[in-house]
Amino acid sequence: MATKEMTKQKAPKKSPTKNQRWLLEVGWKYPFALLLIFYAVFPLAYVVSASLNPKGSLAGSSDLFAVFSTQNYTELGATQFWTWFLNTIIVSGAAAIGAVVMGAAAAYAFSRFRFKGRRFSLTSLLIVQMFPQTIAFVAVFLLLLALGNVWPALGINSKLALIAVYLGGALGANTFLMYGYFNTIPISIDESAKIDGASHAQIFWQLIMPLVSPILAVVGLLAFISSFGDFILARIILVSEDQWTLAVGMYQWVSNQLTSRWGLFSAGVVVAAIPVLILFLSLQKYIVGGLTAGSVKG
Amino acid sequence: MAGRIDTATEPHARQWKGNGLGFIIKLILMAAINAFGVFIIFNAWVATSWVILTVAVLLLIAANVIYFGPWAIPLKYLYPGLTFLLVFQIFTLGYTGWVALTNYGTGHAGNMQQAVDATLIQNERPLEGASSVPLTIVRDGSTVGFAVAPNDQVLVGTAEKPMEPVDGAQVDSKGKPSEVPGWEIVERGDLLRDKTLQDEVIAMRVQASDDPNDGSYRTRDGNRANVYHSTMVWDEDAMTMTNTQSGKVYHVDKSQGYFVTDDGEKLATGWSVFVGADNFIRAVTDSKLAQPLFKVLAWTFAFAIISVVVSFFVGLLFALVYNDSRVRGRKVIRTLLILPYAFPAFMSALLWRGMLNSEFGVINELFFFGSNISWLQDPNLARFAVVFVNVWLSYPYWFLVATGALQSLPADTMEAATLDGAGAFRKFRSITLPLLLVSTAPLAISSFAFAFNNFTIIFMMTEGGPMFPGDPNRLGATDILISAIYKISGVSGGVADYGLASALSIVVFVIVGVISALAFRQTRKLEEYM
Repeated sequence: MATKEMTKQKAPKKSPTKNQRWLLEVGWKYPFALLLIFYAVFPLAYVVSASLNPKGSLAGSSDLFAVFSTQNYTELGATQFWTWFLNTIIVSGAAAIGAVVMGAAAAYAFSRFRFKGRRFSLTSLLIVQMFPQTIAFVAVFLLLLALGNVWPALGINSKLALIAVYLGGALGANTFLMYGYFNTIPISIDESAKIDGASHAQIFWQLIMPLVSPILAVVGLLAFISSFGDFILARIILVSEDQWTLAVGMYQWVSNQLTSRWGLFSAGVVVAAIPVLILFLSLQKYIVGGLTAGSVKG
Repeated sequence: MAGRIDTATEPHARQWKGNGLGFIIKLILMAAINAFGVFIIFNAWVATSWVILTVAVLLLIAANVIYFGPWAIPLKYLYPGLTFLLVFQIFTLGYTGWVALTNYGTGHAGNMQQAVDATLIQNERPLEGASSVPLTIVRDGSTVGFAVAPNDQVLVGTAEKPMEPVDGAQVDSKGKPSEVPGWEIVERGDLLRDKTLQDEVIAMRVQASDDPNDGSYRTRDGNRANVYHSTMVWDEDAMTMTNTQSGKVYHVDKSQGYFVTDDGEKLATGWSVFVGADNFIRAVTDSKLAQPLFKVLAWTFAFAIISVVVSFFVGLLFALVYNDSRVRGRKVIRTLLILPYAFPAFMSALLWRGMLNSEFGVINELFFFGSNISWLQDPNLARFAVVFVNVWLSYPYWFLVATGALQSLPADTMEAATLDGAGAFRKFRSITLPLLLVSTAPLAISSFAFAFNNFTIIFMMTEGGPMFPGDPNRLGATDILISAIYKISGVSGGVADYGLASALSIVVFVIVGVISALAFRQTRKLEEYM
């Protein structure tokens, strides 16, 4: 099976079977890779092709790369797409920055101070993070109805409210990831700065934050991607079309008029996914490390 | 906050400065927070939201104590995150528990007094035989009011404030108020030109007095007003609502929160009451609800388990094959293989939905010779399709995790096994797989919890459909619990049943919690065993 490579020692002898052996142990992996890559990439190639097809409907978009036209891309400008795009960037960006700052501050507190209730708080956070906010969406909805009566900017149909809701989940999701990383920074650094007269705020902002910047990037990106992809909360909270995020807006496109908006949808997918794709791939190593570390920590 | 330490240090302190820029920033931030807090408190006062007011006061006091006091330094760092966590997560979790015990939803919102008022208003009709009175529209800033003079005494009221006598007002020869102190008269021409004002005036009702039984003034043309009286009369002492036309008497049912006659006829508007475990009981005993919900529950488990297991093994297989230093271009292969994971999931789900379209979809067109396989319309095919797509979305995660884990396998153990004559499969089964499982089991649990609540993929691909025929809540074959809750809750419009939806949310909490707890225990055991 696949583990054959483990038994393989470098065969020093030159024999006619060498080629055969290579084929059996390594060679087949190349055509197999083609097959797997086809499985992985076909939908993505298809969406690029469909986005370049001026027909704009599902029907007839099956001939891959038969035509080349940027019509769908220019037509995006006639829709609300760019408004949604901007909304998404605002919401996800604010949620990411908030998650980073609040998560880092909490991790700093847990990592650097010993206070009453510290263990209890850490354990509670661990328990709370098991219950994602999305399950409580009914209560979120009702809470925002009540808050909207007090101040409409924090009610239903407000981006600010959506950001606040996302930030509610920030501490539970990120503190552990950051806490682990903060603990790897020796406390002697803090102590020497303290002796030099630095306040705890200065130590946090000017000393620790630069040192932990890799984890800040990871948490920021994870928070960005998760709010970028969130559908249920965004759909409940953002009611009017000009407030929608991409997830809500593009769902509406495809669910209502699947066949007619297909070209637009494809162009939108390509435009919106590329930045995320690039970000993800360039930070891949950290993200995977972060994902595993976050969940393993118990 | 910086002061204490600074005064204690010697001038040789290097670049660290004391109460400087940081302190100013802090002051500005605190000023902003206090202004915002006072603003919210004031608005909560106006809106009579006492809970929000109390919470805002407490949070604001806490903020000032924490940031201006010298004690509780850790809290200075925890406060922002904790505030959001408390309000938007812990509170919502608790509130879910509370709503689950009520019958909150369409027809059961607010309290009894609100239900009484709403019922009276809904049943208002123009008083028969009574003639209309001349009406003057008045305004004060953006507030619009009605001015009438039924008995030569000018009365003014707004949508919020019932009619009240105004002294010193003038009435013209036709009995129409022509001058009202404190109010600006809206001329008829202005009213006709302003469409939004017209709409506001037509929709307005001004209560004749504090007592809703007295009826209200309304207008159809902005020129004359009619007194509307409710056909319902509310008797507060007897707690009955009487329909004066049909003579039916509705009593208060306190345990269920509605008005009902002796023959069991209910009024549409009720109020929210505590119903205990009713929602939970209803979910299992009401056959119209219990049957589809049971199917949904079973499918939720199946979906989550199959998704995690299959994508785990697919990812592991890929990792085993390409964790081979002899294969060239591994980096390229790896990057291409993880593309589905880097792609935003909601877009992939929508994309697959189009590709699986039975008539025009590329899957039928290219791989099934143009046949019309209804991937998303047939219950079992749809189930297969969502699992297939979910595996496509999540195998790269396991591919990455397994690749990492394989590279950290102990080489000496492997070598020892080889020397002992273990074959490739034996080594995989006895060494690689157990070691991998130990390091990845906690991830599998979080993956399971994630799939269990993966609303996005289900809703984007099928909206839970195909529907169970005739299901009142429009539940369907691929609905998982969270999408079923979404439909039942009615947050997106339609009939809302927040109580039942919250009760089901609690069920999800319990399931996820129990599984996480059990699984964490199990992993600890596995680790010890190793």
